[in-house]
Amino acid sequence: MAYHQGYGGQGSKHRGRGPLVPPAPDPHQLFDDTSAGFPHAQGTPGSGIDMGFNTLLADPMANVAVAYGSSIASQGKDIVHKEIHRFMSVNRLKYFFAVDTAYVTKKLALLLFPYAHQNWEVRYSRDTPLTPRQDINAPDLYIPSMAFITYILLAGIALGLQQRFSPEVLGMCASTAFVWVVIEVLALLLSLYLVTVQSDLTAFDLLAYSGYKYVGMILAVLGGLLFGSDGYYVALAWTSCALMYFLARSLRMKLHPSLVPDGMGHPRGAGRGQTYVTLGAAACQPLIVYWLTFHLVR
Amino acid sequence: AAAMAFTLYALLQAALLFVNAIAVLHEERFLRNVGWGTEQGIGGFGEEPGIKAQLMNLIRSVRTVMRVPLIAVNSITIVLLLLFG
Repeated sequence: MAYHQGYGGQGSKHRGRGPLVPPAPDPHQLFDDTSAGFPHAQGTPGSGIDMGFNTLLADPMANVAVAYGSSIASQGKDIVHKEIHRFMSVNRLKYFFAVDTAYVTKKLALLLFPYAHQNWEVRYSRDTPLTPRQDINAPDLYIPSMAFITYILLAGIALGLQQRFSPEVLGMCASTAFVWVVIEVLALLLSLYLVTVQSDLTAFDLLAYSGYKYVGMILAVLGGLLFGSDGYYVALAWTSCALMYFLARSLRMKLHPSLVPDGMGHPRGAGRGQTYVTLGAAACQPLIVYWLTFHLVR
Repeated sequence: AAAMAFTLYALLQAALLFVNAIAVLHEERFLRNVGWGTEQGIGGFGEEPGIKAQLMNLIRSVRTVMRVPLIAVNSITIVLLLLFG
């Protein structure tokens, strides 16, 4: 009984109760004092635990803390969503990842052999472009991101085969490849702004089109690994030509539809700039592909 | 070995130096002499501006917009480089 009093700090209040009745929880006590009810709980350990949980949740301090914490968490989630939505529209990003298996296989075949494709237009439905699931010509970000990761893994394999592997080199390879694509996207945005072309090419579209070169890089590195130096150059030449043709047709289709419905006399000057931008972008592809892969194949 | 190994940090540094370079071009002493002043580029109304006019517009807008943020970013970069080398 003396122990019980000292623990509670409210000895005078508990003296009136019986020895086996557990005291009511008061705010000064951090834990429920079950020492008085211990012989009672030994026969039924489950009920002792239940009594512990019930009194914990019935404790007003814990309740307030839990409610406060959950409200803070939801507020934080709202703030994070708002901030992210200010920088990039999540809906727009979701559009690029709405792919399915048939689209991926057809698109990969198209990237490697684009010469047989006839209709390059991106179809629209009520002013919004169709998702990649429904339109083969729509750009997507799934293939570039997967190809980027595959390229990093392949680079690791290639470096390991030459006894040049280390985790830092892998990280350097990954960031180099990513940075080159970012530089290319920025250069494309700058040149498109300079020639004042009216198109609906957003930054994500350009990122998708630039990211398609990762597929070519994978094939070049694979060719170099399997067939040596000759295989590398053959694969490089093939994928470069295919990539240049693919990019030239896609960009031309995206940049030029303003010619048809407008009918004004402007396209003459703008068309020349657009053609230059398209050809320049296409011509840069094999250079970047070569630059990023030649050190992997010796 | 990779000839030009980039990190993301190198890209940020390059971008900062590039924007600094654009901000340093003085309007009166330099651009006007070269013929890239902002009053000389505006063509006729309704005509499509050429590449040179677009470039001059871009330089002027970059200078106007980035003047104040550049002060902050430069100061932070200087402090960080002093502390961490």
